[in-house]
Amino acid sequence: MIESLWGALPEALQTTIVIVAKIVAIVVPLMLTVAYYTLAERKVIGFMQVRIGPNRVGPRGLLQPIADAVKLMFKEIILPTNANRFLFVGAPLLSIAPALAAWAVIPFNETWVLADIDASLLYILALTSFGVYGVIIAGWASNSKYALLGAMRSAAQMVAYEIAMGFALVGVLLAGGSLNLGDIVQAQSGSILHWFWLPLFPLMMVYLISGVAETNRAPFDVAEGESEIVAGFHVEYSGMTFAVFFLAEYANMILIAALTSLLFFGGWLSPFQGVPLLGEPSLFWFLLKTAFFMFCFLWFRATFPRYRYDQIMRLGWKVFIPITIVWLLVVGLAVVVELPWWFD
Amino acid sequence: MSFQIPAFAPALPEIIVMTMACAILVIDLYIAEERRGLTYLLTQLTLVIAALATLGGMPVEPQVTFSGSFIRDTMGDLLKAFIYLMAAGVFLYSRDYLRARKLFTGEFHVTGLFGVLGMMVMVSAHSLLTVYLGLELLSLALYAMVAYDRDSLQATEAAMKYFVLGALASGLLLYGMSMLYGVTGTLDLALLAERLADSDRGDPVLVFGIAFIVAGLAFKLGAVPFHMYLPDVYHGAPTAVTVYIGTAPKIAAFALTMRVLAEGLAPLHADWQQMLVVLAVLSLALGNVVAIAQTNLKRMFAYSTISHVGFILLGILSGTADGYAGAMFYAITYALMALGGFGMILLLTREGFEADNLDDFRGLNERSPWFAFMMLLLIFSMAGVPPTVGFYAKLAVLQAVVQVDMVWLAIVAVLFSVVGAFYYLRIIKLMYFDEVEDRNPLTAAPDLRLALSVNGLAVLLLGLFPGGLMALCIGALT
Amino acid sequence: MGFDKLVFYVFAAVLVFAALRVITCRNPVHAVFYLVLAFLNSAGLWLLLEAEFLAMTLVLVYVGAVMVLFLFVVMMLDINVAEMRAGMRRFAPVGVGIGILLVVEMALIVRSSAFSPEKFGNLVRSPADYSNTKALGSVLYTEHVYAFEIAAVILVLAIIAAIALTLRKRPKTRYQDPARQVSVRREDRVRLVDVPSEKRG
Repeated sequence: MIESLWGALPEALQTTIVIVAKIVAIVVPLMLTVAYYTLAERKVIGFMQVRIGPNRVGPRGLLQPIADAVKLMFKEIILPTNANRFLFVGAPLLSIAPALAAWAVIPFNETWVLADIDASLLYILALTSFGVYGVIIAGWASNSKYALLGAMRSAAQMVAYEIAMGFALVGVLLAGGSLNLGDIVQAQSGSILHWFWLPLFPLMMVYLISGVAETNRAPFDVAEGESEIVAGFHVEYSGMTFAVFFLAEYANMILIAALTSLLFFGGWLSPFQGVPLLGEPSLFWFLLKTAFFMFCFLWFRATFPRYRYDQIMRLGWKVFIPITIVWLLVVGLAVVVELPWWFD
Repeated sequence: MSFQIPAFAPALPEIIVMTMACAILVIDLYIAEERRGLTYLLTQLTLVIAALATLGGMPVEPQVTFSGSFIRDTMGDLLKAFIYLMAAGVFLYSRDYLRARKLFTGEFHVTGLFGVLGMMVMVSAHSLLTVYLGLELLSLALYAMVAYDRDSLQATEAAMKYFVLGALASGLLLYGMSMLYGVTGTLDLALLAERLADSDRGDPVLVFGIAFIVAGLAFKLGAVPFHMYLPDVYHGAPTAVTVYIGTAPKIAAFALTMRVLAEGLAPLHADWQQMLVVLAVLSLALGNVVAIAQTNLKRMFAYSTISHVGFILLGILSGTADGYAGAMFYAITYALMALGGFGMILLLTREGFEADNLDDFRGLNERSPWFAFMMLLLIFSMAGVPPTVGFYAKLAVLQAVVQVDMVWLAIVAVLFSVVGAFYYLRIIKLMYFDEVEDRNPLTAAPDLRLALSVNGLAVLLLGLFPGGLMALCIGALT
Repeated sequence: MGFDKLVFYVFAAVLVFAALRVITCRNPVHAVFYLVLAFLNSAGLWLLLEAEFLAMTLVLVYVGAVMVLFLFVVMMLDINVAEMRAGMRRFAPVGVGIGILLVVEMALIVRSSAFSPEKFGNLVRSPADYSNTKALGSVLYTEHVYAFEIAAVILVLAIIAAIALTLRKRPKTRYQDPARQVSVRREDRVRLVDVPSEKRG
């Protein structure tokens, strides 16, 4: 009965429904992950600092994210005097839109991908470069000096690290011979030693660290720097508008973790390739790897003291960019001479 | 996919200059401030090596390489050789000037070398794309050099004007090129000429395309009515930069016009000839008349450049091999005269004193009869007084114009030259018949004095024996 | 009207609107945002033309980097709009005249037979596996390598010029030397002094 109903629909509508269903299937778990990622953050950091963390709402504090969400939804959104209304409200949207849109091209296994486009790596690069607008607009539209300072810091930082990140990705596409994320993962097939983290080790490190800087997370969080400029670009935001910034930041962290596992750690490929059952590629491996890098983000935050601003800039421009350029030459040479094991 | 590695050998001089410029940039980092002279020597060495590479491999047959975007022919080699010569002279003349003003840095030399590279690319261009890229490389170097003395308000203003108008001109040129590409579907200059030969002349796209290209070229040449920036730039820039702008780029601009108009747009000669006639007449008139009112020598030279550009255009618009050769001869010898003229200003400058006003030349004869005589030769040559080379250059161009039955144009040119002679002779009057005010002795270094003497005498010798250079120019174009 | 035609008209209309707002906006920051919008829409148009590499690069370079720097500068500057409008009345006729002239020229050119659709025959869509990026890359590094290299030289020169014109060592600025900070020992900073206690008066 359902099938005949489905068949009666016009084709254009069918495609639309399928796409919307796929989007929902990606976004809803993503949002839930974000919610529980915040809980995990507090729990993990609490554990590392020998504290307990939230444990009041629900069993072992498991309902805490729900309580936070409800609180944020019902809080008043305060517009600062002389703030630019339109841009003030638009900024969080500009911040979350690219963070979500980038997921369109992320493959979860060989076949599960919303849009299998040819230049998906370029698409990701283009969209992530977009995220900085949310921050700048928020800082400017707030009409507050702390917000503006935070926005300036974060924009300079994001632009600097985006270059290093872009170069690291160029290394990956050189090694993978494709701009398509699925093809890049397939190119790493073999064993754990075939994955690109080994031949592209410096690029992997640069990418991961730049990813932390790009999302303005500790130890690169001078843009928020509570102790210096209160909370940076979103100091004037409250309620749902703040929550959207928050969502965007965490969605970006998950995105970076997912990309790291796709580009350097073989995505859905199993580390035990060749072993029966355990060696099968599956979604499970992809999620496991992503979860590990998400954990790393929290681990960094609990471990490292905050960088000074000039140190951040120095690291980005004078250390990472030269490293990536040198390693690009190495990778290019390796590909040309078809270095055995990885590039033959 | 079939792809053959292009022949790199024809582009050897370009490769040398680029590699050396990058090397000097890095080496300069590790040189102590008081040994900065090494950078200067390396720069001169680069020009010498490039000259050897260019002249050593003088080809008989034109060679096209890099998929038709680069050509090496005799005209290109000859012009490049003179570009090196001018650049070497510029670096030599400006060395002490820059030292005295704390501008003697590696960046100046590297920027200058990249500018030379841009000129070489223009000279050897065989496609509209390379023409444009070479032009941009040169222009970018010039903008930066004009602004180089960044604490000078005048220089910054001049650089701003130059940049904005220069960018506009580049836009015009590109716009015109895109239209030509739209009609013919090619950027290769030889193919362009072929396809234009059997295209519809009345096509509005072609007409607009040529108009935009000629306007863009006129901007870069500094022809009236696109000359507005020129006096300000000449005046505002540090004299060391003015001498750079006023010499070698004129040769490159000639090459640019030749490559685009005489090679690429050859079939449309009748169309662009009319436009060049207008530009030439206006340039001759305005340049010569307005120069009379100037009291600043650099500004006066700017207007004099405009009128000389008018003469170069006369040679090109004739459309004959003789005319092109005449224009080429004119461009080369004009660069030589301008080099000497600005060199004289640099000779008289010292720390904290610019010597760029006409009055600073008052009574030069009493201070230094020899250099007053050199200035006399240079000024005579600019005015076109025999037996200096300027006379012969004007003669060659005018002959070409008369040959294509444009006698009226020749008469106009001669008339305005006579007007122009007035302000040139005024300098001579100042030097020889006026009371000296500034009795400071000349402090210039011996190599500068020697080079300037050679420069002045060359203007005289080339005027007495123009046959050799003229034969080279004619040989290069046939 | 096909779907892609509709998409084209939407992109084109927004593009023209955004471009107009760029020059009519009173607030320079808004103008920059409209420019970003214009870039995004032109990227959309390029996507329709199957030039996905150019579209992505436009977004990446112009939207992601160039316009951010633009915004930086515009936000830092205190631009007095009223002052800039002072000459408006005087220059407006010239500007409008040149604008009309350009529009007429454009119209003449676009309507010319050189750009008529017949001249290009029937354009066909490329198959789905056609990679625009690969096609561009393969001519960029072979056929156009000379132009590509010169473009690289131009960029190097631009970097040198920009740094040479802006980098200043101000003699009064105090710099930290981290190496010296780190190598400081206790003896350099701390001095133990024996102070005899005072008698209570």
